[in-house]
Amino acid sequence: MSITRRGFLTASGLVLGSWSLAACGDDSGDGKSADGKTKLSVFSWWTGGGEEAGLKAMVADFEKRNSKIKFSNDAIAGGAGSKAKAVLASRLSSHNPPDSFQGHAGAELSDYIKAGQIEDLTFLYEQEGWRKVFPETLLPLLTLDGKIYSVPVNIHRANVLWHNVKVLEEAGVSEPPKTLDDFHSALDKVKGKGKIALVVGEQWTQQHLLETVLLGKLGADGYAALWKKGGDWGGTQVKDALETWAELLKYTNTDAASLTWQDASKLLGDGKAGFNVMGDWADSYFTVDLKLKPKTDYGWSAAPGTDGLYQFLSDSFTLPKGAKHREQAIAWLKECGSKAGQDAFNPKKGSIPARNDADPALYGTYLQWALEEWKKDKVVGSLTHGVVANLAWTSEIGTALGLFLGSKNVGKLQDALAKAAGKYAV
Amino acid sequence: MKRSSPRDRPRRGRARARTWLPGLLLISPSLIAVAVFVYGMIGYNLKVSVSKWHSSVKDTSYEGFKTYRDLMDDERFTQAWQNLLTFTVVFIVGTLVMGLVMALLLEKGARGEGFFRSVYLFPMAISFIASGIVWRWLMNPAPGDRASGLNVLFGRIGLDGLQNQWWQDPDWGMAAMAMPAIWQMSGYVMALFLAGFRGIPEELREAARVDGAGEFQVYRHVVFPQLRPVALSALIIVGHISLKVFDLIVAVAGQQIIADVPAIYMWQAVFQGYDYAKGAAIATCLLLFVAVLVVPYLVHTFRQEKR
Repeated sequence: MSITRRGFLTASGLVLGSWSLAACGDDSGDGKSADGKTKLSVFSWWTGGGEEAGLKAMVADFEKRNSKIKFSNDAIAGGAGSKAKAVLASRLSSHNPPDSFQGHAGAELSDYIKAGQIEDLTFLYEQEGWRKVFPETLLPLLTLDGKIYSVPVNIHRANVLWHNVKVLEEAGVSEPPKTLDDFHSALDKVKGKGKIALVVGEQWTQQHLLETVLLGKLGADGYAALWKKGGDWGGTQVKDALETWAELLKYTNTDAASLTWQDASKLLGDGKAGFNVMGDWADSYFTVDLKLKPKTDYGWSAAPGTDGLYQFLSDSFTLPKGAKHREQAIAWLKECGSKAGQDAFNPKKGSIPARNDADPALYGTYLQWALEEWKKDKVVGSLTHGVVANLAWTSEIGTALGLFLGSKNVGKLQDALAKAAGKYAV
Repeated sequence: MKRSSPRDRPRRGRARARTWLPGLLLISPSLIAVAVFVYGMIGYNLKVSVSKWHSSVKDTSYEGFKTYRDLMDDERFTQAWQNLLTFTVVFIVGTLVMGLVMALLLEKGARGEGFFRSVYLFPMAISFIASGIVWRWLMNPAPGDRASGLNVLFGRIGLDGLQNQWWQDPDWGMAAMAMPAIWQMSGYVMALFLAGFRGIPEELREAARVDGAGEFQVYRHVVFPQLRPVALSALIIVGHISLKVFDLIVAVAGQQIIADVPAIYMWQAVFQGYDYAKGAAIATCLLLFVAVLVVPYLVHTFRQEKR
């Protein structure tokens, strides 16, 4: 094949031309798009199901009130933000932050704070009077050295045991197990019917199960102590919890590693599995995606041994230092903290609002239960979802747990967990 | 390659400059780019790997080789290398054998050679991510009525014995993981071998046949010995792809320890654990291993070209 000189020049001219055109189309300095609106890029890992629907509802409310701002969704898919956090880390280190990003409230944010990557938002709390409307249990977890760095949108509960009502009826389990011992016998009954007794998905969902077992065995105070300096990771209580967890894993499906949490929840919804321990984001997946009816198709209870304890996590939004559209980002954060924004977001996302003054009538069957529980329960933080340990520690626990899934050696797992605690606990 | 011998060079400096300066100017952009983005970055990576940068707060002051020593005691690191070793051996042997067999078949003048050549080469045009998603479904280990992909196929044709856990098998999972990679890269090896076959003059084979060699002996004593450089190139190319494998595994298995390799560990150490020094140390180890594979080959070809 021969290329004529003119042909080559035309082709390269076209390439160059289209490249420069594309460069013009990119959002220029002030970030104004063609219709005169300023683009606001917000980063999250809400890309599917109720999460996405909730975000859209809140964005609709936001754009109604801020007609000059165009919301741009920079979401990256992946459960518990596993992939999004990596993308975010590289954007932050290359000084190209989004205008606002999602982060789990709690220890997870401390990495960004220490690195000086996010701004102090205390002024917003004063200005908007948020100190009065956010729960007292929550604010200390957002505060570091007297400053607050993020705006929580919602509260999720991690320690929820979901069950398929029909499967349990067939297996002769009259009510969801309250203690871990009851749980064993219930699992045996479901297994006897040839169903998956306890369905789990990829590695992090098994870590999620572990944190509820730790809470169930150690209780609120024992569990909270684990995350402080000198936590007793090497003791018999933790050993007992790990052994119980390892025992529970024997009731799980063999193909766990190839299932996302949605895949796992779907098996429960489809009547192929009896139980699943997952955060309460599963509720909106059951009702919205799978079109199941609460209490007739699927039911829930506190994870065994954790009744009266609310193992929470909270999604919050931050203001990165050097955000290109700071003013618009603050408008977004105000939306996140507002009653209207939270009441638009949460019913769809399947979480309860972080504010105290939500309108319960807007919420579904499960969430009304959760709102009640939140008022009376003792609050503890979730591990897998960034409340109690920073990212490095959580990551090391994930490694230890992954190695355990291969070796099934509880002693080694406990040693590794104790070592990680010694290294990271503050 | 033709070179001008030193004696041809004109004596005067300006004229001498005229011979090398334009050339140097022409290649200088790529020289600078390589110096900065390859060697500069390798240097920076080394610096980070011996630094105290173990958290989100940047600290590139010198710490020494502690990070490396810790890695040696790190069970996950060891396991990642074991996984990678299994993957690499299966992948290399698989692609070389499959590539050679396909090349032999085509070389024997199968009908529709052009068509099959394209078919075999085609998988290479697909990214590892895309084929990984498909293979994730093909290698679905779900049992019983939930089964899908290859396990269903085996069940339908009565080969139930072949149904297995694929990449979730604790011992041989990484061998299964190499299957998509073999599927994808063996066409490329085939192309290399085919070119090798075609490069052997027909006269050599004819001479062997005249001497009374059978078809097998022709291959054994005439063709294969001449394919050695091609086989070596194929080995190096496939081998270094294997050592760097990341995207395929992430697409098939996500980031779970069960299918961990050093590249994934590096990624998680940096982006999820914020341990930059550890990530950089793992990267250095990977680089060293690739170098062990590639450098002797480069030295070898360099010497040959010089001859």
